[in-house]
Order: sequence, then C-alpha cells, then structure tokens
Amino acid sequence: MALIDLANPTRFLNFAERVLPWLVAATLFAFAIGLEQALFVAPDDYQQGATVKIMFLHVPCAWLGMFCWGLMTVAALGTLVWRHPLADVAAKAAAPIGAAFTFLCLFTGSMWGRPMWGTYWQWDARLTSVLVLFIMYLGLIALWRSVEDPGRAGRAAAVLTLVGAVNLPIIKFSVDWWNTLHQPASVFRIGGPTIDKSILVPLFAMAIAFTLLFLTLHLAAMRNEILRRRVRSMQMLRVFADEDMRQIESRA
Amino acid sequence: MTALWAILLRDMRIAVRIGGGALMGVLFFLAVVTLIPFAIGPDQALLRKIGPAILWLGALLASLLGLDRLFAADHEDGALDLILMGAAPLELTVAAKGLAHWITTGLPLVLAVPVLGLLLDLDALAIGAVALTLLAGTPALTFIGMIGAALAVALRRGGLLLPVLVLPLTVPVLIFGVSAAETAVIGPVTFGTPFLILCALTLMSLVIGPFAAAATLRQGLD
Amino acid sequence: MNLGPHAAFILAAYAAAIVVVAGLVAWVILDFRAQKRVLGDLEAHGVTRRSTALKEPA
Repeated sequence: MALIDLANPTRFLNFAERVLPWLVAATLFAFAIGLEQALFVAPDDYQQGATVKIMFLHVPCAWLGMFCWGLMTVAALGTLVWRHPLADVAAKAAAPIGAAFTFLCLFTGSMWGRPMWGTYWQWDARLTSVLVLFIMYLGLIALWRSVEDPGRAGRAAAVLTLVGAVNLPIIKFSVDWWNTLHQPASVFRIGGPTIDKSILVPLFAMAIAFTLLFLTLHLAAMRNEILRRRVRSMQMLRVFADEDMRQIESRA
Repeated sequence: MTALWAILLRDMRIAVRIGGGALMGVLFFLAVVTLIPFAIGPDQALLRKIGPAILWLGALLASLLGLDRLFAADHEDGALDLILMGAAPLELTVAAKGLAHWITTGLPLVLAVPVLGLLLDLDALAIGAVALTLLAGTPALTFIGMIGAALAVALRRGGLLLPVLVLPLTVPVLIFGVSAAETAVIGPVTFGTPFLILCALTLMSLVIGPFAAAATLRQGLD
Repeated sequence: MNLGPHAAFILAAYAAAIVVVAGLVAWVILDFRAQKRVLGDLEAHGVTRRSTALKEPA
C-alpha cells in the first residue's frame, strides 16, 4: 500500500485503527524510559540544582510547538498546492495540540524562571518568541472555528499558516535584535553554559517520548475530524432524504 | 421578564458560537499586552510601574473591538426590526443585550488579568486592584459603547466611526479606573475615592446607555 | 528524590504537564466517542453515506 493510498479517508481510518494501539504502547514505553531518566538518573545541575528537571519538559514542548507549525505548513501546502484530500484534516487536528504544547512550554518556562530569575516572566528573546507563536496558534484556531464549511476554512487556515511560517523566522530575528538592544543586567542563558552529556541523554529521551505522544494524539485527532466530517455530510444528506420522502409522500 | 431573559440567553449563546467572537476579546487583550513591551522595551521595573495602565488600555481596546457585534448582526438579518417591534420596552431589551455582551466579552477580560499581570511582573496586590477596577469598569465600557454601536448600526461603512465616537466617552472611566488601580499600590489618595467614582460612572452608564441607544435605534431605523 | 529548595516549582511544572496531556487525551477520546455515537444514530435511522439515491422522478 503506497502512501498515496492513505489519501482515501476510509483507508486512512483503517490505517489509523491498526496503528494507534502500537503508537500508544510506544508512547507509554518511551515516557517510562524518559521519566526514569529525567527524574532519577539525571544529576542536579551545579548552577540550577534540581530545577534543571523542568528543562526536560520545557525544551521538548518548545520543540513540539515549532515542529507542529512546520507540520501544519506542509499540510497547508498540501491543501493549496497539491489539493490532497486529507491535508486540511491534518492541519485542523494539529492546531490545538500544538497550541497546548506551546502553552505548556510557556508555563514550564515560567516555573523555571521564578526560582532562577525571581520573576514568573522575563521578556527575553526565546520566551517572547514562543509567546508570539502561542498568540498565532490561538488566532489560527479562532480562524478554523469562524468558518462553517470545512473546505473554505481549510483554505483560509492554510494561507494563514503559510504566512505564519514565513513570518516566524522574521519574528524570531526581530525579537532577538530587540532583546540585544535591551540587554538585561543579569543575562541568564537557558540551559546553562554548555549542556553536559548526562543532561543530554534524558533530554533526548523525553523529546522522543513527547514526539511520539504528539504523533499519537495527532493521528487520533485526525480520525475524529474525518468522522466529524462524515457526520456533517450524513446530516446534510438526511435533510435531503427527508425532503425527498416528503415530496414522495405528498405525491402518493 | 421572560422576553428579556430569552434575549439574554440568546445573545450569550450566539456569542460563543462560530463567528460569535466571545473569546476574541481576550486574545486581542493578550496581543496588545504582548505588543507594548516590544515598543517600550523589556525593562521589568518600567513595565511593573505602568502595568495597571497597560492592562486598562488593553481591556478598553478589546472591549471596543467587540462592540459592533452588539447590534450589527441583528440588524443584518432583520432580528433588530423584530426587537424594535416587540412588546418589551426597548430600553430594557437593549440593556439585556448589553448585559449579555458584557458577560461574554467584558468578564473574560477581567478573568484574564491575573495571567497578563504576571507577564508584566505585577504583584498580587496590583493584580487584584486592576482586576477589581476592571470588574467595576468594564460594564461602563460596554454600556457607554452601546451608544456608539447604536449610532453606527445603520451605517454600512461604519468602519472606524464607532471607536472614534466611543473613545472620548470612555475617558473618565479610564482615568478613574487606572487611578484606582494605582492608588491601591502606591497611594497617596485612598483606593476608595477613585474607585467609588468609577462605580458611580458605571451605574450612570447602566441607565444612560440603554436610553440613548434605544432612542438612537428608534430614530435610525424608523 | 531530593528536589531541593525549589521543589514546588518542579512539581508545579510536572503537574501542569500531566494536566495538559490528560486534557488532550480526554479531548481525543471523548470526541471519538461522541462522533461514533452520532454516526451510530444516523446509521440506525437509515442514513448512509453513499446517498440512498431515492430513484423517484424529480
């Protein structure tokens, strides 16, 4: 079965049905390893103490927030350029998941910042860029919810996603520049001066676990979205069927 | 009374549906609060000092943004004409719509203040003061705003007319709102003085707004 | 496991992660069940996707 066969929603549903249990198992296994590494194996940082454990959540969430927008960008190209039938399903399903991980990145960053900087928020380049990304996610979700027809909504969202993808490097660059202009007195580099291998391994383990989690959630959400569209078309058909029945009965 | 209750519930339900835009105000609030440090710089001390003002400005602009939803949608699909012909007094009906609008647009802004206050490094006292003054002041913003919304409803290319009409009217609310929020933290005047004036402004607007809006709608749509 | 003086923040971060992930999982599962239920209702009422194409003259 070639990848293109998955463009058929029914085949995709069957594929999802078969693959999901394996993905769930893989995710749970990966988290078991990752959490064990992060919570028990990783040593305390000489500078940050045990709060470095927050990084094992914060960095994977940041990575996923950006990865998700990248995935939606590819889906957007699928909608606008290749007219792939499932592209906008993939995009719509991904947005809330990406937004949730971006939010988690901001929250864990805040929890990390409070012991380190003394405030819950610091307008430093990285956190600020992620905040802007979060606002863009919310705007995208609002756009999805503001158009009733899935096809039109998909195309509008695809355009916004592409615009966002082009703009995100620009935003990151300008926020970096803005931040160097206003260099705060105490510069705290997230992650410390260099990352030791004993920290890197748990970090990768958690990153893999979170990525598997994302893929599992995304696949399941895509399945739900396909079902939702089926419901919608069946309800519309039922209206026509009822209307037909009424015409038939009135003629009988 | 059931008619008013029905209008209240209907408006609230529409606000949370597709195109209703109930939570868009909060998103705009967040966007404005994020934008200001880009213009001013990330100096925490400065942001903390003007934090209450930033939050009040953001809430005011976000309230303004949602005002055209008050009458425009009903005008477009003809529901406004039905409301005008209804048995319930127009003033009360309009007030019910205003209440629904505040609950779905203004109140979420108040609830967003703790989170946004953290972005501006405000302490708990300042956040509480801003939230309380916004709670007292956002109804005024809605009910004063409805006058402009009624004026603009019949205009197809209203555009920026509505904000331009409403902004001067909201100046007293802004002044006393920010004043109250800041005196809670810094003094020298006691919190009560500007806060009570703010409450008085709100109570006045609860009366003047519906009457003026109703009169406008009757004039404009006859 | 000694989490040091800032244990509360570490716990808050992990708790938030659990809540968010649980929320996403719940959303996916509940949405799936809701769609299945509605689909079941529709099919029970005889609505199929390949339109029943009532072959009556227009």
